[in-house]
Order: sequence, then structure tokens, then C-alpha cells
Amino acid sequence: MSVLVFMESADDELSRQALTLAQSLGDVRAVTVDGPYAPAAWAAAIVEAAGGDDIVGPGSDRGNEVLAHVAAQLDLPFAANVSEVRGDELTRIRWGGTLLEEARLHADRRLLTAAPFAFVASVESTQAQVLAPNLDGAVAVVDHVAPDTGGKVSLADAKVVVSGGRGVGSADGFGILEELAGLLDAAVGCSRVVTSAGWRPHSDQVGQTGTKVSPDLYIACGISGATQHIAGCKGAKALLAINADREATIFAHADYAVIGDLHEIVPAIAAELRKVKGS
Amino acid sequence: MRILVCVKRVPITGGRMVLTADAQAIETKHLGFTISPHEECGVEEAVRIVEAGGGEVVVLTLGPEEAAEQIRDCMAIGADRGIHLVSSEEWDAQATAAAIAEAIRGEEPFDLVVFGNESADAGGYQVGIRVAYALGLPVVTGLKGLTVDGGRARCEQEVPGGRDVYDVALPAVVTVKEGLNLPRYPSVPAKLRAKSKPLDARPVERPVSKLEKLRLVVPAGSRKQAEILGEGPGAAPRVVEVMQQLGVA
Amino acid sequence: MTDSSALPASARAVVVGAGIVGNSLAYHLARLGWRDLVLIDKGPLPNPGGSTGHASNFIFPVDHSKEMTQLTADSVRQYKEWGVFTESGGIEVARTEERMQELQRRMSSAKAWGIEGCEIITPARVKELVPFVEESVIVGGFYTPGVGIVDSLRFGTIAREKAQELGALQVFANTEVLAIDVEGGRVAGIRTSKGDIATDTIVVCCGVWAPKVARMAGASIPLTPAVHQMIDVGPVPHFKDTKGVIEFPIVRDMDTNMYERQDGSGLEVGSYAHRAILHDPEDIPSNEEAALSPTELPFTQEDFEKQMEDALELIPEVLNDESVGIKYAINGLLSLTPDGLPLLGETPEVKGLWSAAAVWVKEGPGVGKAMAEWMTSGESEIDLQSSDIARFYECQKSRTNVRARAAEGFNKTYGIVHPAEQWESNRGVRLSPFYEREKALGAVFYEAAAWERPHWYASNEKLLEEFGDRINMREAEWESRWWSPIINAEHLAMRERAAMFDLTAFCIFDVIGPGALECVQTVSMRQMDVGHGKVVYTPVLSPSGTFKSDLTVMRLGDDHFRVVTGGAHGMADLKWYADHAPDGTTVIDLTSGWTTLGLWGPRSRDILASLTRDDVSHAGFPFGTCRTIELDALRVLASRISYVGELGWELYVPMEQGAKLWDLVWEAGQAHGVAPAGIGVYGTTGRLEKCYRAFGFELDADFTVVEAGMTPPKVKGADFVGKEAHLRHRDADPIAVLCTLTVDDHTSSSGAKRYMLGREPILAKNGSRLVDAHGRGSYVTSAGAGPSIGKHILMAYLPPENANIGEELLVEYLGEQYPVTVQTNDATGVFDPENTRVRA
Repeated sequence: MSVLVFMESADDELSRQALTLAQSLGDVRAVTVDGPYAPAAWAAAIVEAAGGDDIVGPGSDRGNEVLAHVAAQLDLPFAANVSEVRGDELTRIRWGGTLLEEARLHADRRLLTAAPFAFVASVESTQAQVLAPNLDGAVAVVDHVAPDTGGKVSLADAKVVVSGGRGVGSADGFGILEELAGLLDAAVGCSRVVTSAGWRPHSDQVGQTGTKVSPDLYIACGISGATQHIAGCKGAKALLAINADREATIFAHADYAVIGDLHEIVPAIAAELRKVKGS
Repeated sequence: MRILVCVKRVPITGGRMVLTADAQAIETKHLGFTISPHEECGVEEAVRIVEAGGGEVVVLTLGPEEAAEQIRDCMAIGADRGIHLVSSEEWDAQATAAAIAEAIRGEEPFDLVVFGNESADAGGYQVGIRVAYALGLPVVTGLKGLTVDGGRARCEQEVPGGRDVYDVALPAVVTVKEGLNLPRYPSVPAKLRAKSKPLDARPVERPVSKLEKLRLVVPAGSRKQAEILGEGPGAAPRVVEVMQQLGVA
Repeated sequence: MTDSSALPASARAVVVGAGIVGNSLAYHLARLGWRDLVLIDKGPLPNPGGSTGHASNFIFPVDHSKEMTQLTADSVRQYKEWGVFTESGGIEVARTEERMQELQRRMSSAKAWGIEGCEIITPARVKELVPFVEESVIVGGFYTPGVGIVDSLRFGTIAREKAQELGALQVFANTEVLAIDVEGGRVAGIRTSKGDIATDTIVVCCGVWAPKVARMAGASIPLTPAVHQMIDVGPVPHFKDTKGVIEFPIVRDMDTNMYERQDGSGLEVGSYAHRAILHDPEDIPSNEEAALSPTELPFTQEDFEKQMEDALELIPEVLNDESVGIKYAINGLLSLTPDGLPLLGETPEVKGLWSAAAVWVKEGPGVGKAMAEWMTSGESEIDLQSSDIARFYECQKSRTNVRARAAEGFNKTYGIVHPAEQWESNRGVRLSPFYEREKALGAVFYEAAAWERPHWYASNEKLLEEFGDRINMREAEWESRWWSPIINAEHLAMRERAAMFDLTAFCIFDVIGPGALECVQTVSMRQMDVGHGKVVYTPVLSPSGTFKSDLTVMRLGDDHFRVVTGGAHGMADLKWYADHAPDGTTVIDLTSGWTTLGLWGPRSRDILASLTRDDVSHAGFPFGTCRTIELDALRVLASRISYVGELGWELYVPMEQGAKLWDLVWEAGQAHGVAPAGIGVYGTTGRLEKCYRAFGFELDADFTVVEAGMTPPKVKGADFVGKEAHLRHRDADPIAVLCTLTVDDHTSSSGAKRYMLGREPILAKNGSRLVDAHGRGSYVTSAGAGPSIGKHILMAYLPPENANIGEELLVEYLGEQYPVTVQTNDATGVFDPENTRVRA
């Protein structure tokens, strides 16, 4: 069985996880694509390179998009965000990871993307073939805008995220979180409840339909732990939850816990940090 | 402008997934329903475009009879008309796209066809793209910004570090993400008006699934035992200790 | 995650449910000295997800019920004491003239119960107070300035903290009840998801989950979870500059069963108008499963369609604004009971298992305090007797009855409910053996304690002609509702000749065994150590010397007493006697074993004599005695007492012989002009003319025996509940005196004659309220016709300075005042004051 794995780049984390999935399915050829991003054209190039092989991609936005184009071009079924493959049966992610679907693929070839963090990134070195797509008339990226973050750390890149949920209580309540974030060079995040209430902009939202973060430390303040939020922060290396409800669902996903009122605890942590930093 | 927005009825879940006895679906007897968060922004965007420049917003769904509720909800936000492809079964993404494309071919052409980037439940990431291919239209996905002018759409797709910009000629298919806008809440008169807007419902028969759902499974818990660092503000010193150990402070 | 503190192995009492009632109760128990208390809730704190958590949190103090008004007033006092009450004022608006009359009744109740500052206002004034109301759809309003909103969650938190500060309470959230251990009919312990606690006292305060928890112990808490819908819209331009949570009065749109209240920048719109949507206590989602909380269920749009239109009509300025969006919409769960009253007290099935369920935020703290007092000293300052969970008969606890009555009552939440209004659902469950006879005679059946009882008989219409203009007709629709002039005709037929009464609804229970005398002596105020065959009418007192009941006791043997009490309160009386029964003494319910036919009137002895060879003469069968006599084929326990002030007997036979008894008496009575008569006579006209007091009307926990004018000449030597207090009352001057008054002139401003129905305020001639030294305002405890004296009779407690025969006062009825005169200031009847008829 031969498998073609599409990688966004040779050292991209999710692509290396996809590589692991591909390696479990057969002999692997890895490809990357050069040039401006043009999903239909990239997909065509991958289709041509794959021949009749299975095609695997990372479960990132771009990976899912490219594979969907591949599937549409080949008119074959495509299983996105797969966490396990067993012959023609597979398990894939629903609801951002809080529910699993076991399914059977009825096709001669598998088109799959690897669910983020369902596989360990492959440490093997790879020689990826670089494809050059035909961009004539293709829908392609024509420009790039960098957001005006005002010098703030971006949520997706931050090493530390200080995140608030319903328990913060109001837009003003985020003041103490911003203070703590400032001391840690962290980004401020929030749950969907907060953006729906208009307390923070959607760009701060962490969750299934917001930004998916993978910081070294994710601090969840007054966040209950609804499934759609967990879907956004389970990439964190460590999670500290601060909540007054000892049994909040968030604690089942946390490495560290502080029980109590965040309005007292967060400033206390900030004060302790200042002390330690000697300022 | 004529805009079609495709939406999907999904349950509003709590903190825990509970399945029906046969593990074929989520147990919904205590749950309310809505449309996927991405789609809410899609409907809102379509309504804003038509409010500004005239036209019609049509909402389409493939779902059980009860999904008419979601179409009425979209009408209460400002959609003018609804198309309901009625089926009580669960369809895979490939079949869904085919049925939607078929329904669109039966309508007057749309300038813009809008999808959510992925549905909240199945999360297949592909229906919008497949429909675009079926209709021979360009497609841009994951939009956080959209401007329509002079028969073209300027699309902003969120990527790490910023946004990629596309410029496509209409008619086109786009898939959008939550954050594109802040959807409005329906007003009382809008809800009442929605009751009498036209809704065309027709049954559709599901073809054989090529990605056949066998069963749903609630994943085993992470079995994490969180280490309690303390209670109340007195825990602060221990917290900072851990932060130092993690190398973030 | 493991818990740092574990459940104690034992507790003095475990309170289940940390909603407004559980929190308040825990605090008041601690305040009264209870220690080793445990409060548990299966949800998190401070909001475990019950009805309190999403309640609209507003309080309208005026209710037609005296007890509910008292509980609400006490709750407001407690909310204010802890700084969680915000006054906003409230207006009940009327869209119809019929509703305006009801608002007058509200005004009446406000005066009767002493709620200050209320007034009937014009649409223009409503608009002044609430500028966004559409004036043209309303015809007036009832304004209560003291209406306000509360932070019920904050109150609960403070309550818990205060109890914890006393070292009296441990609180455990996320702890679910799994089982309750019962040994020998009493609570022995509770098993939870976090461990077991040995205890002999558990209080179930968990609202919609209460039936499920009670069932674990083998007890019944007869409520059903039910939906009431609410939505929140905003942001409302009118509220842009609001600094607090509420600045405009709350509006209750009574005719549409809805309310609208400001909530910060939003407007909350709630409804009790939709179809009754009942849920099952066993099928409520868990905290984890629910999207919002277990009692905030998904909104069913179709049930709110009409309400949206109604609300739009009343508040178009806000709701027609397209920028005002519906941000929140739920089907909220609350608890409904068969009679609309809470379920309080120790369950009759399991000792030590207490219920404090189906309580609204507006009376929560008051109930918590009263329950704590009840658990501590056997009674509460505020009378809870109408909410006693022991009041139900078995068939009333059925799921069918609970759901049927809850559904029927739900849409009457803001309804116009006539004081005599009858239930329509689930009728015809308890039928007396006389039922078919009564039906054939055109009985108009009213229901009491699930029994069908004739209130009057259509076949007696011919009596109207016979008694001509001695019959008082009523002109106005309101007091003619649920009434008939035939009642008065039956009354006169009884006074002239004789009448037969169906008294099957009596609650009858026997106290048997070596401790029977001790039991009845302890509970009953009057002397019980009397000869066999004596019938004693006696008050039953609470420890503070006020009334728990009044009933009759027959001594049938050395160790055998038969208690006969009114059906409505009978089961609670039974529990009270059972609670005082020493070991080896049984209290047994015989209600369904015996039927009772009442026969009274001057010809009653003739009728009876024609059926029996036994001596029923006055000397042979003295008043206040009972014995078995033979009436033709039947052996009948006859008791010579009278609640209608006439010569006559209560006749008791086993249930299956009832029809035969009726036929015998009926036939024998024809020659003497006997008429069937209903409860309209037995319960109202007959007793009012004799000034006989009725429990729940004149006699309740607010008044003493002395104030009720029922002081016996002597107090028995034996000890009884309330003796000490009663002796003190005898030595002191009464704070109020029960009087009987008659109405001098019924003419209203329109010229129509009006007739009071009860609970109206009694005022001084200058229109001011009469208030006694304990702050109790005078109000009509009972009202009705006195056909024999041709007067409308009212009873009321008056301050001693007004309790003079001939004193001229006023009664206010539907906004107008009518002159009344005091006729008696003691238990002397206004008809046959010497009691010659009874002792004939």
C-alpha cells in the first residue's frame, strides 16, 4: 500500500503528525507544494503526484481544505480529522474532539486528514518532493494582511494564554486578566460565552469555532469547560484552571487547579509575580 | 444580489455528551437546537450585504422536519425565503453536497453561495468545496473578512500570522468562520414576520453512504488528576513556583 | 479531582437542596441553636442550577391569602435586612373591566393584610410611572410601591456563611443523594455520592427533584415540575442610562398572564399563559448534560407566539424596536402542587423526613424561618397550616391528580379566581354512598378533599316560591357566581322543618389502646376523661395556645375514642394525634369505613322516632351524647350535636349501608317536609347565624382561644398542648375580640345591592383601618347570608375598644364602604341566642 502525505512544510507539527498516520498505512511519499497558496491548483498537483495512492494530510485548516479539493476533484469520500484507522474502518473527530465517529469508508482509496494531536509527530527525517502547481486561472492568494495587534502577543503564537469565561462577569472584569497577561508576556483569550456577550472581540475567542491554541501554559479563569472550549485549548502543554466550582468540568482537563474566586486569585498571582520579579 | 446560505440544524450541547441507547446519535430530549456558529455569521453577513445593496437572501437546509425551526430562525434574522430538503436520516458530506448542488440548479442563479467552514457536529470541512465543484464555481474558505463590490468578492482567510487575501469574480462559493461578524439577535417583530415568509419544503431520499457512520463513541476522559495548588489567593506563591518550573515566569 | 473535606459520619439534620429555601432554613436552624447541620446539593455553588438560579426574583407583596402575604412580608424583611432587596414598585395592569374589579379585590386584600401605599391608578398614571407602556390597551392599574427585586443567590450565600460562622453548618456542593435509610418508620441516614451520613432528620428542599428524593424514603412529595417561559430582550434604548438593575416599576399584565420587568439594559418578559408543560421529576437533565442548567430548558417557540403578540401590544415602544433583540429564551422549570400551595412539614409517611418544597423566591426566607421554628418548637410564628404536607389524602397524591390540578392551576397564576371557585379537572373520584340519590335530586356538587358534596339541590327550587321574599336574591354577578338563592331556601326549610346533609367527607379516625386517653387528653383542650357515649367538641391547640384545629371526640370505650373532624384539614389532624400516641396506642383512619348523614331541624326527632324504637327524647338522648340506635334495618351510631344550631343528629353507618340509611330517613322525612340541604347551609348560613367558628376562617394560628371567645369555664387538670399558654391568656386581656356583625345597608353607589364574600377589611367610621395591639388588621373571617334573621352576617376580630355591641363600623367591598354593626362580641348566636333549638 502506498500513501502520499501532503505536508505544509517538513517541520510543521501537524504535518509531522500526519506523517505518522501515513506511515502506519503503508509506504510513504511526502510532498510539499511551492508557490502562492491556491487550493484547487495545489490539489490538482497532489492528485497527479499521488497516482492511485491513498492521500493523507494534516488536520489543519489548510490541510483539510486541500484534501477537500482533492476529494471533490476525484469524487471520492474524504474523512477529515481521523484519529484511528483500522483497515476500511476508521475513527474520526466530531464536535471538535468531544465525540468520536466510527465509520466505514466505501472506496478504493483513502483520503484522510490526521486529527490534530491524535498522533505523535514523526521524528524521522523526510525527503519531501516539492510540487509546482499550475496556477493558470487558479483562485490564489493575492495579498496578505498582518493584523494590527498593537504589539500584543498573538493568541495563536503565545507561549502563555490567560483566558476568561463567564465567571469573569463583565468586560471590565478582564482588567485583572490583562494585568496578569502583561506580567507574563501572555495573550488574553476568552470563551464563546464572553464573545457572544460582547465583552471581548472574536479574535480573543479560544474554542472549536475560535482560535485553537497550543501554549506552554493555558490559564483558564472562570471557564466551566464546555466541550467546544476544550476543543480549542487541548493543545496546551499545561493547563491551570481557576474556578470556584470544585467540580467544574474544566478540572477534568487541567494539570493544575486553584479553587476559589478568580477576582481574588488572579490579582494575588500578579502581585506574587511582581514580588518575585523584584519590581 | 441573490445570496444562498446553507445551514445545518445541530443540538446545543452542555458539558457532557450523552448518546442514545443505540449510539447512533446524541440524546437530544433535553436539548435545544440551533445552526452551527460559523453559519450564524454566514446568515448575518448575507443579510447585511442585501440590506446595504438590495437583493434576496435564501436559506437552505438539508435536515429533518424539525429543521424548519432553524429556517424560521434565519428568517427572523432577515433571510427572505427558505428551502428545506427534508430527510430524517443522517447524510454524509459527499451526499449532502450533491443534494444541495441539485437544489441550487433548480433555482435562479445565485451571486454568492455561503457555507459554514465546517459544521459544528460532523465537522467534515468539505460540503462547500464540493458544491462549488458541482456548480463549476470558484470557492474560498475560512473567511473572516468579506467585501462584495462590482461583481467581485474580496475575501480574507485567517492564517497563522494574519490573513490571506483572495479576489474572485462572482458568482462564487465561500465558506465563512465565526468572527466574520457579530450576529444580531432577532427582534420580536422580526420573529413574528418570519412565520409567514415562504418556505419550500420537499422530501429527498438519501443515497448509499460512502463514508458510512457505524456508531458514535464518547471518548474516555483524559483521566487527568489535576494537582490542587491551593484555595483562594493564598495559592499564589505555589502558582508562581509552578510557572517558574514551566519556564514561563 | 479529590475533595479536601469529607462528609461527616453523622449529623443532627441534613438539608437537601441549596436553593432559596434550603439556604434560609439552614441559617434559621443554626440561629435557633441547631448544630451539626449539613447542607448538600448535587450542583455547584453558588448556583446549583435549580429554580432559584434563574428565577425572575421579583416580589409582589399583596396576595389574597393571609398566610402567603405574611410569609412574603417576612421574606421581604429578611431580604432587606441583608441588603439584597431593591425596591422598584410594581403595577398590575388591567385590560378589561372585569380585571378592574379584581384589582379592587387586590386593594381590599392590601388593606386587610396591611400592605401600605397601594392604590388603584389610571392608565395615564401607569404611563407616567412606566413610560414605555401603551396606555390605550389598559383601563387601569393596581400600584404597589413596595414591590421590588431580590438577589436570591446572594441571600443564599449569606445565609450559608452566617450559619457556618456559628460553627453550625457544613456545606457540600456536588453531592448527590442516592438513597435514604428508614428504620421503623423513621429516618436513619442518608447515602450520597460522596459518602453516608447517619441522621434522624432530613429536610427535602430540592424543588423539582423533591418527589424523586422523597420516593427514596418511601414518602410522597406531591408536586410536578412545570415550565414557565421567559425571554430577555435588549439592549433597550429606554434603559440606556439606568445605573442599577432596575429603575422602572415591574408590570404584571394580568389579563394576558404575563409580566415585564427591567433587568439592567434588558427587559425580561415572562409568561404563565402557555399550555401547561409538565415534566417528570425523574427526567430532569443533570448539571453536566444541560446546556444552561437543569431548570433552564430549551425554549419552545411555538408556545410563546401569542405571548409575543400580547407583549408587543402592551410594550410596543420597546418590543417593536428592531434593534432590541431576543438574547435569552428559556422554558424555566418550577414546582406546581395540586392546590397551588407549598408542601411544608414532616411527611406523614416517614418520621424525620421533612418537606420544604414548591416554594417561590418571594416566600423562601419566610418559609425557611417558619420551618426552622416548626422543627424546633412544634409551631411557627407565621401560620403554615394551609401548606402542611400532611393535608393530602392518598388519592390526591396520585400522579394524575397532581398533574391535572397543577395544569389547571397554572393558567390561573394571574387569574381572577373567585373565592368559591371550583376545580374542573379530575372530579368524581370520591363519591359518597348517597351520590346517586343526590344526583337524582339535582345536586350541584362542589368538591372538598376530593369528595363530591352537594352544595345545594336544584330540586329545591320550588322552595324559593314557598319562602318568597324571605329569600335574599343577589343582583351583582360576582357574588352570584358559585352561589344560589336556593341555599337560603334550604336553610329556611331546615329551620322550619328538617333537612338531610351529606357529611361523608368528615375525616374519621379512632384512637385505640391503653394510651388512648392519654393521647386525646394531651392533644385536646377539653376534658376527655368523660363517660362512654359522651361527645366533646374541643379546640386543638398549638403550644402557643392558638388553634391547630377544632373537632369532636366521641368516647366509645375505656380505651377507645373516635375523632371526627372536617375533611379539608382531617389528615393533618390525624397526624397530630398519631404523633402524640404513646407506644401501644393506634390511630387508625376510618374515613372510608363510615358515612355520615346529618339530620337537623325542629321535626328531626319526629323523623327519627318514626324509624326507631329507641328513646330519642330530649331526656332519653341528651345533647352531647352518642349511642348506637336501630333505625329500621340498620344499626346506627347516632351523635346528638349540631353545627347548624338545630335539634338533630349526626348518623353514622358503615359506608356500604349509606344508601339504605338515606332512603330510610328520606321516606320517613317526607311526611314531615324534610328537604335535602347542601354545604351552602351546613358550612355557611347555618353556622353563621349561630356564630359558630370555623377552622381556617375564625380559628387559626394567629388567634387564641380567648380572643376567639371560646374560653371554657374551667381548664382541666390534665396537661395538654398549649395549656400553659392558654392559662396565661385567660389571665390577660385579649388583644382582639371575635365579633359577629351584620350589614346595615347593602346599597352601592350604582344603586345595586352588594354582598360581601369574606376577607374584606373592616374599617372605622372614618375609613381608617382597625389594627390591634399586635398589628393585626381587622378583616372579615367569614361572610354569608343569615336567612332566618334576614341579614347578611360577617365575623371579624376587632380591637377590644371597638368590640362593643351596637358599635357602628364599615366594611370595604370592591372599593366601596358599607355600614355594619356589631351584634355580638362573644360566642352568643345572633339567632336563637339561648340555644333553645339545639337543646329541644
